[in-house]
Amino acid sequence: MDITRRRLLLLLPAAAVAWNYVQAGTPEASPNYKLSEHWWAMLIDIPKCIGCGSCVRACAEENDVPEGYYRTWIERYHVADWKIEKPDVESPDGGKQGFPPNEELGGKNFFVPKLCNHCADSPCTQVCPVGATFVTPDGVVLIDKSYCLGCRYCVQACPYGCRFINPKTKTAEKCTLCYHRITKGLTTACCEACPTGARQLADLKNPKDPIHEFLRTHNVQVLKPHMATGAKVFYNGMDGSVR
Amino acid sequence: MFKDIEHLVRLAVVIAIAVVAFVVLREAVVPRSFGQYGHYRGAAIAETAARPVAFAGHDVCEGCHSDVVDQKKQGKHVVVACEACHGALAKHADDPTSVTPAKLDTAILCARCHEANSAKPKDFPQVVTADHSGGLACDTCHQPHKPKIESQEKTAAGGKK
Amino acid sequence: MQIPVEGFMYPNEVELQWSVLIVLYPFITGLVAGAFILASLERVFRVDAVKPTYRLALLTALSFLLVAPLPLQLHLGHPERSLEMYLTPHRSSAMAMFGFVYLWYLMAVLLLEIWLDYRRDIVAKSQASTGVARFFYRVLTLGSSNLSERSLRIDERLGYFITVIGIPSAFLLHGYVGFIFGSVKANPWWSSPLMPIVFIFSAMVSGIAAVMLLYMASTRLRGREIDIRCLDKIAQYLLYTFIIDFSLEMLDLLQRIYEADESFRSLDFMVHTRLWKSQVIVQILLGTVTPIALIGLTQFWKFTDVIRKRIYALAGCLTVIGIFAMRWNVVIGGQLFSKSFLGYTTYKMAFATREGLLTAIVLMLLPFGILWVLVKLLPPWLDAGSLPASSAAPAHGTT
Repeated sequence: MDITRRRLLLLLPAAAVAWNYVQAGTPEASPNYKLSEHWWAMLIDIPKCIGCGSCVRACAEENDVPEGYYRTWIERYHVADWKIEKPDVESPDGGKQGFPPNEELGGKNFFVPKLCNHCADSPCTQVCPVGATFVTPDGVVLIDKSYCLGCRYCVQACPYGCRFINPKTKTAEKCTLCYHRITKGLTTACCEACPTGARQLADLKNPKDPIHEFLRTHNVQVLKPHMATGAKVFYNGMDGSVR
Repeated sequence: MFKDIEHLVRLAVVIAIAVVAFVVLREAVVPRSFGQYGHYRGAAIAETAARPVAFAGHDVCEGCHSDVVDQKKQGKHVVVACEACHGALAKHADDPTSVTPAKLDTAILCARCHEANSAKPKDFPQVVTADHSGGLACDTCHQPHKPKIESQEKTAAGGKK
Repeated sequence: MQIPVEGFMYPNEVELQWSVLIVLYPFITGLVAGAFILASLERVFRVDAVKPTYRLALLTALSFLLVAPLPLQLHLGHPERSLEMYLTPHRSSAMAMFGFVYLWYLMAVLLLEIWLDYRRDIVAKSQASTGVARFFYRVLTLGSSNLSERSLRIDERLGYFITVIGIPSAFLLHGYVGFIFGSVKANPWWSSPLMPIVFIFSAMVSGIAAVMLLYMASTRLRGREIDIRCLDKIAQYLLYTFIIDFSLEMLDLLQRIYEADESFRSLDFMVHTRLWKSQVIVQILLGTVTPIALIGLTQFWKFTDVIRKRIYALAGCLTVIGIFAMRWNVVIGGQLFSKSFLGYTTYKMAFATREGLLTAIVLMLLPFGILWVLVKLLPPWLDAGSLPASSAAPAHGTT
C-alpha cells in the first residue's frame, strides 16, 4: 500500500505539469506575425562597407546599448600581401565614431561588420543552464532578461565574442536582430541606417527574398565555419584573413 | 527486525518528504509559459517583440517631408536613410512637436562616411577633408540632401575633390 | 578602469567574465574529491595504514563541499535566481547537470556516509550532552537510538556500499567541472577531451595533500604523536597520483606544441608572457616537479622520521599551491587571449569587491572554520581521550 500511495504522489504533480502546458494557451506574438513563417538571417556585403559606424550608432540608440559594450561592431583589417594568417585588426570604440583617417598602408584593407550570427546550432543556447537564452521558432537567438542568472557561461561559449553582460541588469545581452522591429515588418536598425546597403536583413523562408538569388550567384562565407554553429549571417566577398 | 533498520526507514521518509516538497515548489514557482516552444519561457518572445521602436524607418519620413525626400531622390544620397544622419526619430514621427531633431554638425557627420580611409572601397567618394575644404564645414558648399555641386560659384569656394 | 589590451580583441572580450572566484570553485571541489578518494582508500581498498585520517578526510570533504557553492553565488549576476538551475535545468548544459551531481554527492554520498559512520557517536552524544547540543544530536539521530549489533552491521555494509558508489561519484563531481571547461569549443585553451581527466587527477593530488597537511597540523595542535606509517602511505599515494597527473598535463602540452594549430601561436605567446610566472614557475616547477622530486627522494633514501615529516609538509604545501595555480592558469589563462587569436587582455583583480581578492581569501579560510566546528561536534580522532571510533565495532575492520 505504501508503494502505490507514493507512486501516486509522484504521478499527480507530473499530471499537473502536463495540464499546465495545455492551459498555457496558444502562442502569443505580434498580431499577424506567425513564428512559423519566418527564418531570419542577414547578408553582409563586405565590398560595400565604408566603416562609417552608422550601424553601430543606430543599434546603440535603438536598443539602449550601454557605453563600452557592443551588440554590433566594425573591424578594420589590414592584410599585408600573403600574410593572411596575421592581419592587423582594429576596432576603436567598436567603430562607433567611424575610423580615424589613415595613411595608405599598402596591402589589402577593408571593413568587416560583425554581430550575433543567430546560429541555428547555437553553442550559447546549448550551455545556458536554465534556458534563459534560446533560439526562437523563427530563427532568432534571444535572451530572457528576467530569467538569466548572469553566470556568463554563454559569453564564454560564443565563438564570435558577440555577447556581453549588461552592467545595469547584470544579465547577458546581445544583438536581438531587432526582434521588436522585424516582427512589425520593419528592418533592423543597423540595416536601416546603413548608407550603402552593406547590411541586409533576410528572411530565408520568404521565397521572394533577394537573398536566395544572391546566395546562388555569389561566393559567401560564414565566420568560423569549423565551429559548425549553423551561423546565419552570410558574408559576401569576405577575405580568408577575417577572424 | 524492523527495529534494526528503523533509522534507515526514518531517513527514507525524510528524503521522500524532501522530494515531494521539491515537486510542489517546482509547480508553484516555474513560470506558466515555460516549455511552450522549447526549454525557455515562451512569453519571453512576445515580451521581446513588444519593445517600442526608436527608428521610424525611411518610409515614415516621406509622409510629412516629401519635399526633402524628392530632393534626395535626385542625388546620390537617395540610398541614405533619413535617420542614418538625423538619428532615431520614431518619437518625432508620432508627435512632431514633442521632439525636434537636433541640428547636425556636418564636420563630424559627413567625415564619418567620406573621410578618406585606405579600407574604404576605392570607388566610394572620399576626401582628405583637411586638404579638400581647409577646415570649412561641409555644408558650406554641399547640400546634404543633394550633395552634388551643380553651379560654378559654389565650386570657387570649395575647391576640387 | 581601463584595461590594457595588446593587439586586437573583439570589443566585448576585453573584460574578463570569470574572476578569481571561478578559480576557487574547481580548486575547492577538487579538494573535496581528493579528500574523499583518500578516505575511500581506507574503506574500500582496506589500506589500514591511512586509517587515522579516514574520518578527518570525510569531515574535510564536507567542510569544503559546503563552501563550494559560495564563490558561484557571489559571482552570479542574479544569485536569487540560482534555484532555477534545479527547477528548470537545461539538460544540454554541463553547468545545469552539475547542480545535480553536486547535490547527489553532498546528500547521497558524503552526508550519508558521515552519518552512518558516526551514528554510534551521535546517539551516544545525544544521550550524554545537554542543552542546545543535546537537541542538535537528537535531530541528527532522526529519533532512532537503536545501536544493536545488527543495526551497526547494516550501517557498516551500507556505508561500504556508499563508499563504493562514492568513488565514481567523486570522479564524476570533479570530472564534471573539467567537462564544463573542456566542452567549450569556442575556447581552444579549454576545449580538450583530456580536461576532465586532468581535473580529476589534479583534484586527487590536491585533496590528498590537503588531508595530509591537515592531519599533520591537527595532530600537532592536539599535542599527539603523528603516525609516521600513515604519513608514509599517504605520501606514496600522493606521489603515484602526481606522476599520472603530471604525465597527462605534459602530454597535453607536448601535443599542442607539436601540432601547432591556429590557436597555438597565440596560446604559446600567452604562456611565455602573461602566464610565465603562474604556469611555468609556480605550477610546473615549484608546484609539480619539486614536490614529485621531494617525495620521490624519500622513496629511495632512508631519511629520519623528522626529516621525512618536514619533506612531506613542504611537498604538501607546494602541491596545494601548485594545484591552485593550475586552476588559475586554466580559468584566467583561458580568458587572457582573444578568440580572434590576435590579441591579449589583462586581468585586473580588485581587492575588496564582491569578486575581489579579499573575498577569495575569506572563502578559502571559511572551510577551515567549518572544519573546526565539525571536529568539535563530531571528533574524528582515533586515539584515547576522544570517543572511541573503533573499539567494539563489528565486521567493519576500519573505524
